Amino acid sequence: MTLLSAKDLGKAYRTYRSEWQRIARWLGIRINPREEHWVLQHINFVINAGEAIGIVGQNGAGKSTLLKMLTGTLQPTTGEVQVNGRIAAILELGMGFNPELTGRQNVYHAAGLMGFNAQEIEAFMPDVEKFAEVGEYFDQAVRTYSSGMQMRVAFAVATARRPEILIVDEALSVGDSYFQHKSFDRIREFQEQGTTLLIVSHDRSSIQALCDRVLLIEGGTVIKDGAPEEVMDFYNAIIAEKENATVQVHTLADGTVQTRSGSGEATIDSLALYNEADAPIEFVSVGQSVSLKIRVKVNQAIPELVVGYMIKDRLGQPIYGTNTHHLDKKMGALEANTELEYTFKFEANIGVGSYSIAVALHTADTHLNANYEWRDLALVFNVINSDKVPFVGSAWIQPTVECVQ
Amino acid sequence: MFGLLRGLFSYRSFIATSIRNEFVSRFSRSSLGGLWMIINPLANVLIYALILSNVLAAKLPGIDNKYAYALYLMAGTLAWSLFSEIINRCLTLFIENGNLMKKMKFPRITLPFIVLGSALLNNFLLLLSVLAVFICLGHWPTWQMLWAVPLILTVAALAMGLGLVLGVLNVFVRDIGQVVPIVLQILFWFTPIVYPINIIPENLKSLLAYNPMLPLVSAYHDVFVYGLSPNFLALASTVALTLVLLALGLYIFRRAAPEMVDAL
Repeated sequence: MTLLSAKDLGKAYRTYRSEWQRIARWLGIRINPREEHWVLQHINFVINAGEAIGIVGQNGAGKSTLLKMLTGTLQPTTGEVQVNGRIAAILELGMGFNPELTGRQNVYHAAGLMGFNAQEIEAFMPDVEKFAEVGEYFDQAVRTYSSGMQMRVAFAVATARRPEILIVDEALSVGDSYFQHKSFDRIREFQEQGTTLLIVSHDRSSIQALCDRVLLIEGGTVIKDGAPEEVMDFYNAIIAEKENATVQVHTLADGTVQTRSGSGEATIDSLALYNEADAPIEFVSVGQSVSLKIRVKVNQAIPELVVGYMIKDRLGQPIYGTNTHHLDKKMGALEANTELEYTFKFEANIGVGSYSIAVALHTADTHLNANYEWRDLALVFNVINSDKVPFVGSAWIQPTVECVQ
Repeated sequence: MFGLLRGLFSYRSFIATSIRNEFVSRFSRSSLGGLWMIINPLANVLIYALILSNVLAAKLPGIDNKYAYALYLMAGTLAWSLFSEIINRCLTLFIENGNLMKKMKFPRITLPFIVLGSALLNNFLLLLSVLAVFICLGHWPTWQMLWAVPLILTVAALAMGLGLVLGVLNVFVRDIGQVVPIVLQILFWFTPIVYPINIIPENLKSLLAYNPMLPLVSAYHDVFVYGLSPNFLALASTVALTLVLLALGLYIFRRAAPEMVDAL
């Protein structure tokens, strides 16, 4: 079922020679604006029930404008948004709270603002009070609340009833970590019951943990719409993109998409995992000692070289990453045609599953400065449990057990 | 138009709680709270009465109460305070609620109606205290005072129509917010509130005829002070203007609502 669709959505801010011309236009006089500034253009997508969609993009790409048009606070200039169901947004928690009123009165007010009538509010008030867990403070003025308490009440009222579409803007960090887990659980619960999630975030891991589809907005339009891994890799590549840099996307044999970017002064020649006997391996036992060997070719003289790698799980969430800057093995100025071999030796204390390694060549401590090459899914390997006791999870943290009776 | 009404209806409990909240938060944290809303205009009355009663009292024909001038002042103040409160609050209404309008989806038409409701509530309390003062001064209420109900509604509607137009324009042209208080001040002195109309020189009387508040304030005087029914003929043009302004206000509001969020 289609829950929400955007057809050729666009938003332009118009300026007139004088504001009076704008006003004259309402009275039926035809006047052309002096300037039209398009923030968003040609946005098309369809969202179905139960999907979880991430919206990513750099600052100023138009994410907020898009969200405002989806929720209906901003009128689109072209196209239309069709919504079948109620949209709730956890955008600005505590919006419209009056500090002089009690928590309960504010919940009444906020819920009224969301369009609930008195009976409905009365019906879910006990749940809101219970969920917020602010105790006696619920009947005291909000100005006496800590900011965390205010967030709790605000989150509780924003999610008092399951909406068909829930928009979450970065605000996954609600209050203390206990409440974060609690609010996260509620979001998951809604999702299981069929709520579509729209999540705006810069945080790759929360996007990849929650979403099954990601829209990438760049320059006022959706430039990519696909699986989280693929889109997030592309997004990272865009961030790292510098002048003369290229972004290449390859589809690998197994159908996954590999993103490569970089300016090319230094390139990754080869990389592979080796066991202690120096034989290349594809399967790694839990806890096995392995070496990651990366051969780098310097094509043009560069002032500095840092090599970094990141192990990611099947969902693309980072498991472990570091680089030679942090490991204190940074190389200074390098001549063209130099070849280097790096060996990273570590114990694979990670859980059973499939992992990938992304590799980056850059300067300083992140790839955001100069980015020579960035390669996602550069290597894929599997971890199996051949000699350890059975366990679950992504980390191998073997305990010793003692039991006293 | 139908959408506006539907929005108002489905958000009726929101409007009600908003009015109540405004009232409650005014009472919290100041010992006299909302009473200041009444004390303020009554203090004005007291000041004018002390300063001007000796000058003007002799020129107030038709009543034999020795506090006639105070009664006259209070009746006019009752009308003017409602008028200016609604206009002043509508003027900055959309700018003050800009953040809310940008972040939440709700029928924007509820905002001016919250102002209307809370201004009417304040005015009702002022009316009660004015009547109490009347009784203390030996001026007993008459049946004619029931005309106050339609008069109050007309003043509110006139202010609301004008306030909507000005409030919307103020979002785009902020000078309006500076000009209007000055114009209101001038209009106040061009309305016979602190002085009786018969002291106006003949050559200026024609100018006063353009003041839409004049027939309304005069009707307040008739009803509250002189115990007469209002002069309907004089009120007709004001009522017509009220309807035109209300229609214009709603029309402009509807046309401007989508663009308002862009400009805020």
